[in-house]
Amino acid sequence: MNRLNQFFNSSIGKKLVMAITGIFLILFLVFHLINNLMLFGGPEFFNENVARLDSIKPLIRVMEIILALIFIYHTYTGLKLWWENKKANPEKYAVNANKENSTIYSRTMTITGSLIFIFLVIHLYTIWVKYNFGMEGSEDYFEVIKIHFANPIWAAFYFIIMIFIGFHINHAFQSSFQSLGWSHKKYTPIVKKIGTVIAIILAVGFASIPVYFFYISFGGQG
Amino acid sequence: MSEKNINLTLNIWRQESPEAKGYFEKFEKEISPDASILEVLDEINNRLEFEGKEPIAFESDCREGICGACGLVINGQPHGPLPKTATCQLHMRNFKDGDTLYIEPFRATAFKILKDLIVDRSGFDKIQVAGGFVSFNTGSAPDGNVILISKEMADQALDAAECIGCGACVAACKNSSAMLFVGAKVSQFALLPQGQPERYERVQAMVKVMDENLFGSCTNTYACEAECPKGISVLNIARMNRDYFMAKLKTGTNE
Ligand code: HEM
Repeated sequence: MNRLNQFFNSSIGKKLVMAITGIFLILFLVFHLINNLMLFGGPEFFNENVARLDSIKPLIRVMEIILALIFIYHTYTGLKLWWENKKANPEKYAVNANKENSTIYSRTMTITGSLIFIFLVIHLYTIWVKYNFGMEGSEDYFEVIKIHFANPIWAAFYFIIMIFIGFHINHAFQSSFQSLGWSHKKYTPIVKKIGTVIAIILAVGFASIPVYFFYISFGGQG
Repeated sequence: MSEKNINLTLNIWRQESPEAKGYFEKFEKEISPDASILEVLDEINNRLEFEGKEPIAFESDCREGICGACGLVINGQPHGPLPKTATCQLHMRNFKDGDTLYIEPFRATAFKILKDLIVDRSGFDKIQVAGGFVSFNTGSAPDGNVILISKEMADQALDAAECIGCGACVAACKNSSAMLFVGAKVSQFALLPQGQPERYERVQAMVKVMDENLFGSCTNTYACEAECPKGISVLNIARMNRDYFMAKLKTGTNE
């Protein structure tokens, strides 16, 4: 136990935690996106699929708990690292030359992460709670989304956060390989590109939903 | 040797002692483009001494980019704006007439400012003492080339060994992490046969002392690699991470 403790309290151990939990979160996002894109199949198609997931509810509940634990652990460790790193480097230079030596994505991980966290709390409170406890017998899950994004404030909020999720993942994907101890002269540049592609697909994919529903709320053709 | 002198405004960090409050002192100076930045400081110090004032404290030794003593932050960049260049090799021809420079010490909790531009880098020494060596029994000198090493391995080990321990990686890092330094010191032995017996004890001991000395952890921004005067690769950090996990998985390798 002592050995494990020592490992998870070390600077490198904490990064391993970030990398493994982060990769699982990306994996979750991929499945979540596939699920959400079913909205483009229309109300019947989407509602049918949501109802179908109902038949494996116990399994979904278990996965939700695991996901929540992973998410909380990732957030907790991320904020802890941020706090420790701030203590290690409290004073800034007179001239800020950060952009000369690093990317904005890598320097803003705590900010984008925190925004994602705030978003998630709101997102769960509005959509997840509604789906699970607020449907009042209705099975029109599509309608919930439609009404939600007819509000320009919600549509804009989701749209902006999706950009930041893209920022987070753009740095995070390749970073997790490095944290896990895998770096290679030839392959790491390819891993970086794959990370950017994943970040763009996830950001554009998720952002397309509020844009689409906001558009049809004006009577645009769905 | 032909170019015209240039006029620069230099804001240089002055701090009496570790506890004292520091400030920027401003100097307007006409400078030869052929002077190195350390020579500019020498000239300013000559004048200060002539005027009976306290000269600016800064470190330097070899002045040819191999000792790692001179570490200054120039306009927010450790060792200045030129890539793969130590402070002593930075010449004023890289600046334009009328430029303003801010010259500061490396800033990190782990590197306490002792005076003006001098910081205490003994945290690095402590990390080295913890494991930056190989142990040999004394006796007659072994024959050369008894242990064969592939060219590729030798190259990588020598690339890691190029680290001069100047601390620019810590100074450049937004977390003041020493991982590039420790990664290089771990790697230079991990890559060679002579480093194998102590490989896993070494990485654990060095990382432990690194964490204890208030260096931050790595966010993989790679600012360290960009600012390193020797171009040490962040590949070495990945290797250190890997060795650290392996060490923790193996039995009998923890203290
Ligand atoms: C959809 C949600 C999220 C995904 C997919 C995700 C993914 C990742 C991944 C893969 C990493 C790379 C780990 C590494 O550098 O080895 C990472 C790093 C990080 N994440 Fe997240 N993350 C998410 C949410 C959050 C949240 C809510 C926070 C809250 C603060 C956060 C904070 C951080 C921080 C601070 C880092 C960098 C840690 C460091 O290197 O110092 N992330 N994330």
